[in-house]
Amino acid sequence: MAADAATRRAIEAVWRIESARLIGALARIVGDLGLAEDLAQDALVDALRRWPESGVPDRPGAWLMAAAKFRAIDLLRRGKRLERKHEELARELGLALALALDGAEFDAVVNDTIEDDVLRLMCACCHPLLSTEARVALTLRLLGGLQTAAIARAFLVSPSTVAQRIVRAKRTLSAAKVPFEVPARDELTPRLASVLEVLYLIFNEGYSATAGDDWMRPQLCEEALRLGRILAELTPSESEVHGLVALMELQAARTPARIDAAGEPVLLGDQDRTRWDRLLIRRGLAALERAERLEAEPGPYALQAAIAACHARARTASATDWPQIAALYDALARRSPSPVVELNRAVAVAMAFGPAPGLVLVERLAGEPALASYHLLPSVRGELLAKLGRSDEARAEFARAASLTQNRRERALLEARAAACEQQPSWQ
Amino acid sequence: MRFMLMIYPGLESEGDWTPDVEAVAAMQRYNEELTQAGVLLALDGLHPSSEGARISFADGERVVTDGPFAETKELIGGYWIIQAKSKEEALEWAKRCPIGGDAVLELRRIFEMSDFPSELQDAAKLSADPPGQAMEG
Repeated sequence: MAADAATRRAIEAVWRIESARLIGALARIVGDLGLAEDLAQDALVDALRRWPESGVPDRPGAWLMAAAKFRAIDLLRRGKRLERKHEELARELGLALALALDGAEFDAVVNDTIEDDVLRLMCACCHPLLSTEARVALTLRLLGGLQTAAIARAFLVSPSTVAQRIVRAKRTLSAAKVPFEVPARDELTPRLASVLEVLYLIFNEGYSATAGDDWMRPQLCEEALRLGRILAELTPSESEVHGLVALMELQAARTPARIDAAGEPVLLGDQDRTRWDRLLIRRGLAALERAERLEAEPGPYALQAAIAACHARARTASATDWPQIAALYDALARRSPSPVVELNRAVAVAMAFGPAPGLVLVERLAGEPALASYHLLPSVRGELLAKLGRSDEARAEFARAASLTQNRRERALLEARAAACEQQPSWQ
Repeated sequence: MRFMLMIYPGLESEGDWTPDVEAVAAMQRYNEELTQAGVLLALDGLHPSSEGARISFADGERVVTDGPFAETKELIGGYWIIQAKSKEEALEWAKRCPIGGDAVLELRRIFEMSDFPSELQDAAKLSADPPGQAMEG
């Protein structure tokens, strides 16, 4: 029994390492993502049945590929005897192609284009035809090697919801006859943008996990980082890919300092920076350098990474280069304008040049519908007003911010700030 | 979780180390594979112990002994730091390392926040930050 459990964990490890390449290679050969995954899963089931007795083979990836190939042959034979559904016809064309190759030839085809296979798989999983939820689920399932139940736990939805999303996504890709290929050169960058968006979404889902959340959620950060690092190797000349990797490495570096001993969140300025992960900071700065070397005008991810790098380089909060951060937010606001970016720019300007110029920028956002119920707008405004000695106005802003936040702890903090304003007459 | 893979080349004499082109290329491929899989965080090779030193602290006294060290076969030659989901995954990567002869790989897990006792671990769970970048953690 104990040996079985150990083998099972070893098989899981092999699956994590090999599954994306396996599914990618199979999808290229059979031309259908859904079928490719079924074949790969069948191979996994074979491994689970046989390896506990035989032990893990020396080249587990090749073993799984061979097993998947046998399954494909089997499927083809059974398909001939059963009544033929129309979609199987299309599948068979792909299978016939696969079966025409055998032995060494087959291995060569599979191994030659491993990198491309994984990139193709990433592009397919994040295809613009699919909803964002479907892209996320498909990416975690086919590239992360996560089982449906694990994805469901991470996103706090039922396994059947995730299973449905995946089935529907695969059907959508099949029905639209989406070719399993790396987009042409001029289409690659926009398609990669979708992949980057999905990876950052997965990262943030883990990064913003709340106290008491399932242990699965923080793992999403690791998974997104891993996939980002893989993508950076697959597309080394894409600046924004390195930009996103840099951003994730630098944010992940702060993880050990983001919570205090009582389990409460610690704001960036108050974090114990000695707990930041130096190795990840080093990697983040290196990735940012790559991104900046490739592109004279950095994209939104590289800019956000450059901002994170300013924080990472500051040994203490007071040593932060706020003028540089304000300049980077200027660039980000030009590159991808949004009310949230504007608000952050206002904070940076206030930190760099004083509350008055910061407040000017905040006032411009007053009627912004996208921020109407965003608690950070009154919270920042209150902070700047308080610094300018306008206590009455500040108190009203903090009270408003407290009424908007969903977070219990944050509400208490904001209410305390409002109360503190009352004790400080505005002429002080 | 993070692991350190340490290599003990197991040489008779550190001066003997004259790697052939093939071995270096194989190791290069291995390192590339680790990088492409997104698991490699850092790696370094170490100069012979003749360029190193040992410092002992017995009785509050710092005694420096310059290399080379005598027990050549037990000397570390380099390390990798990898990110893996489990010890089994780290082992799977370790098993793929192209070394032979008397060389040995040692796998050790690196301490992280999550390894601290459960009461500290509970206190250390991630929590929500305000989404604004300049304000956030």
